[in-house]
Amino acid sequence: MSILILAEHDNKTIKSATLNTIGAASQIGGDIHVLVAGANCDAVAQEAAQIAGVTKVIKADAASLEHPIAENIAPILVDLASNYSHILAPATTFGKNILPRAAALLDTQQISDIIAVESADTFKRPVYAGNAIATVKSSDAIKLITVRGTTFDAAATSGGSASIEDYNAPEATNLTTFVKAELSVSERPELTAAKIVVSGGRGVGSEENFAIIEKLADKLGAAIGASRAAVDAGYVPNDYQVGQTGKIVAPDLYIAIGISGAIQHLAGMKGSKTIVAINKDADAPIFAIADYGLVADLFDAVPELTEKL
Amino acid sequence: MKILVPIKRVVDFNVKIHVKSNGSGVDLANVKMSINPFDEIAVEEAIRLKESGKASEVIIVTIGPEKAQEQIRSAMAMGADRGILVKTDAPIDLAGVEPLAVAKTLKALIEKEKPDLVIMGKQSIDDDFSQTGQMLAALLGWAQGTFASKLDINDGKIHVTREIDGGLETLELSSPAIITTDLRLNEPRYAKLPDIMKAKKKQLDIIEPPDLGVDYTPRLEIISVNEPPVRKGGIKVDSVDALIDKLRNEAKVI
Repeated sequence: MSILILAEHDNKTIKSATLNTIGAASQIGGDIHVLVAGANCDAVAQEAAQIAGVTKVIKADAASLEHPIAENIAPILVDLASNYSHILAPATTFGKNILPRAAALLDTQQISDIIAVESADTFKRPVYAGNAIATVKSSDAIKLITVRGTTFDAAATSGGSASIEDYNAPEATNLTTFVKAELSVSERPELTAAKIVVSGGRGVGSEENFAIIEKLADKLGAAIGASRAAVDAGYVPNDYQVGQTGKIVAPDLYIAIGISGAIQHLAGMKGSKTIVAINKDADAPIFAIADYGLVADLFDAVPELTEKL
Repeated sequence: MKILVPIKRVVDFNVKIHVKSNGSGVDLANVKMSINPFDEIAVEEAIRLKESGKASEVIIVTIGPEKAQEQIRSAMAMGADRGILVKTDAPIDLAGVEPLAVAKTLKALIEKEKPDLVIMGKQSIDDDFSQTGQMLAALLGWAQGTFASKLDINDGKIHVTREIDGGLETLELSSPAIITTDLRLNEPRYAKLPDIMKAKKKQLDIIEPPDLGVDYTPRLEIISVNEPPVRKGGIKVDSVDALIDKLRNEAKVI
């Protein structure tokens, strides 16, 4: 068996979800190759070659691959597919956008968002917003799979010494062109990889009030998250959203502040090791899953917590 | 411009679902069914394009049981012009009509209807695959704009702003194209009573999958469906000091 991993990166460094995807691949077993498709992405290919367990890096370096346009990357996967038993990508917006396009071209029914590997053809995945777990077995010759990063250990970033092979990407389609990106710039850790996440909900009340969440997060070296309600209300940008339709996180410590605990939010964070809830409503559903609940006005409790830590 | 909006009949998002005790799936008997929320956003977006004069016709299509006509009628009450039901008795949530089969069905319909744009939800809230739009775009060789939070169509140019993990990304798509909707694209309207009455008279055609030459045999076998592990609640602490003590000395996370 050979497994191809579609690496997510920004032409400079590999995104951490790729490492968890490689972790899932090592549970399936077999040779692990990594496809780095980008522009001037040699540093990424070098980085990928060092990852423990990777035996080959395929580098597709072309100007047309500067941005991860599905229409241009899917054909590369299709071209390489016959060498592999599995093709894996992280279940991030990157992987979710590209992999189904390749799957359809290969006439394969993709398995999305796996949380466990049972065998080389059988996997567990959440359905109904995580309210049920389905165990599914694929009968396709090549398995295309997206991997939920939080449930697999990351592969070590050193210890490997893979060869790097150049791949000549086919000419880009003119179907889609990149216009612009507005990316959040932050000194804080990445939400899905952070050890501690501090999240605010509707109870925080405004964009300005989110400053108290930020202060606590900075004290703890934590990433900042938010409930859908807080994002919809415009307190924070969309990429802060934790939940079934946002990001799935599983840090060592998750602090939910002014978050009631709607089912779709819980689906995004209930894998966290320790959950703290601070909410003035003692009946909020978040308390039913929190390890430590504090019924208090967040505007008193959070500054006090920040100060005393 | 003609817009096709594929929708799906799913368990209403407010329903607390129950896993069948024999592990075969989720109990759908006597639960409220609705249009998949992301698809409702797609319907709304298509109708707004029609209201702004950019679209001429909005066609709803769904694959599902006879009763899925209810969801088509709901979309027509919001303002869509006509509907097509691809009738099947195969399950549509798990171990039934899979995204690849849906994409093939839609491709066959699109070859007949020749829409200029397809707008659909980014995923359904039952099987949570998030594949169909991308697969359909692949099969048609069309451009795809997934997870859209903003859609601008001017002079035949399609600009789509996408919600991605790091923030937002804007792409220009050639036409025809597939758009999949994210939560913040719009807020769907509620249908008014006179529109609900009017929708009953709108054209709704029923066809069978064999008419389109698509095979619904699943590729994925469901071995079992189980409840997720239950997370037990812990304790309440009465002060910030007590909380810090627990985090330091019991959970040892700070």
